[in-house]
Amino acid sequence: MNTGDEMPATAIYQAPVLRRVEVATPRAADEATARTEEVKISTDHVSIKYGEKVAVRDVSLTVQDRSILALIGPSGSGKSTFLRCLNRMNDLIPGASVQGRVCLDGENVMDPDVSVVELRRRVGMVFQRPNPFPMSIFENVAYGPRRRGLNDRRKLDELVETSLKRAALWDEVKDDLRRKSGLALSGGQQQRLCIARVLATDPEVILMDEPASALDPVSTLRIEELMRELREAYTIVIVTHNMQQAARVSDVTAFFTMAEDRAGYLVEVGPTGRIFTRPNERLTEDYISGRFG
Amino acid sequence: MTTTSNPAMGRSAGPKPSLRRKASRGSILADRAATVALWGTGILVILILGAIILHFALAAWGVVSPSFILSDPSRATLGGVMPILWNSIYILVLTMLIAVPVGILAGIYMAEYAGDNGITGAIRFAEESISSVPSIVVGLFGLILFVDDFHWGFSALGGSLALTFFNLPLMTRLSEQALRAVPQEERNASLALGATKWQTIQHVVLPLAIPGLITGIILTAGRVFGEAAVLLFTSGVGTPPHYNFLNFDLTNPASPWSPFRPATTLSVYIWNLNSEGLGAFKNQIVDGSAAILISMVLIFNLGARLIGRLLTRRLTAA
Repeated sequence: MNTGDEMPATAIYQAPVLRRVEVATPRAADEATARTEEVKISTDHVSIKYGEKVAVRDVSLTVQDRSILALIGPSGSGKSTFLRCLNRMNDLIPGASVQGRVCLDGENVMDPDVSVVELRRRVGMVFQRPNPFPMSIFENVAYGPRRRGLNDRRKLDELVETSLKRAALWDEVKDDLRRKSGLALSGGQQQRLCIARVLATDPEVILMDEPASALDPVSTLRIEELMRELREAYTIVIVTHNMQQAARVSDVTAFFTMAEDRAGYLVEVGPTGRIFTRPNERLTEDYISGRFG
Repeated sequence: MTTTSNPAMGRSAGPKPSLRRKASRGSILADRAATVALWGTGILVILILGAIILHFALAAWGVVSPSFILSDPSRATLGGVMPILWNSIYILVLTMLIAVPVGILAGIYMAEYAGDNGITGAIRFAEESISSVPSIVVGLFGLILFVDDFHWGFSALGGSLALTFFNLPLMTRLSEQALRAVPQEERNASLALGATKWQTIQHVVLPLAIPGLITGIILTAGRVFGEAAVLLFTSGVGTPPHYNFLNFDLTNPASPWSPFRPATTLSVYIWNLNSEGLGAFKNQIVDGSAAILISMVLIFNLGARLIGRLLTRRLTAA
């Protein structure tokens, strides 16, 4: 019974899930900026090429600490490519090259002497398709810490528990942490496991590449709820095709689209509330009102 | 029911095609023929293996017994094949000790580190070329290098190294393929968690590649068991002396543990006995040796699969 993604009978998840999300309508810009003045990520004239083809052109934006930035736009507008340059996952794609500056706490992550291993520990990533390792739930969460040499059994137990609790998965999996494979969970649970796995590495930023696009509506709301909670402690950048989702969860929205030469670029970025009600650009308005293309 | 609810989407009127309408005769025949042919070839493969096993099981009936396995060869009586069986196992283990780690490491390099460039092209070309060099030529090369140039004489080590030359390309290629078959998303998941490349290979890629690696090990081991031509010129032909297994002096060629002693294996022994052997029990010994060789191959293959499965379960809990 407990393996499905249905709402469990625990108090944590009964009504609050839906209620909270309803409340999470776009918030005012000043509220987001009032929280903290600190810039967590800034990109400065970032262009990304695959071989000769320009995938992303000249994107400059900043992300405040402990806020959620949503990247929206049509397929092929370079959102995911841009997202991947924030933790240098583009390094893994043959022929990909990034120009410009990408700063985390003011430090350019593109510098040759930056350790990508350290960068990726501080900037975690959740992928579109839930991708737990074919290991037990416990080992999935313990994977990152173990790779950094944490082997103390008690500390690992503790870390796995807190990470799973933060990812709102603990109650569903606590009874067979070590016996059950991460792959035996439902899609929504797998994605929360992947989030727990990232949280266990104690990141500062979490990148999410359409984290709910492979999930059913209930699981999607859960992930959104989770993002709202995580925002208290982490900076989140999410790529989404779902505009309601962007409106529900994000503080700031950036709209990307494609130029004539099919290179993606940033049309405008601003507080989510304003982008969805009074966008500055005609292109943005057309897209969010469904008149695009 | 459907047409009335939405007339705009209704199909054109007219008699509905029957579900029972027959496909054309030709396509049905082709379908049946394909089914029969595919089943037939599958069964043929099993039949061939079955026939070989059955033939030698029958031929070796009454020959293979604990005493045949455990005693020394003899001229006058049936005797046994113990030292020869020992040599086969010895050379197998020695060869695998060299070929498996080197092959897997080379496979990791090819799959994970070397891009597609001139060097990898040259390595692939070399792999394919060495693999298709006739084994007798590899044996000759081993003779020149180990037996003559190195002055080792016929030796188990020389035989193992020659077999390694012969098998390394296969082991490397199969390891590479096994690693490449692991989805890139698994690597990305690990790297995105701040694991290093080597940690990712160690903890994610290799465990997932185990079934493919085991296949490589089995095919390599099969060639070691079966190879006679390479060993003829390198580890030697002849009837081994009585082995004293308590002699652990590795430098003493009389010690069965020494890599520097001539070591006739079962395949070589069978070839030798069958082509130029004498003695009243020659045919029985050949049949018995063949049956033991086949059993060893089967036991090894099943054992390797079993170990692979246990390893996978241990490493991945899947």
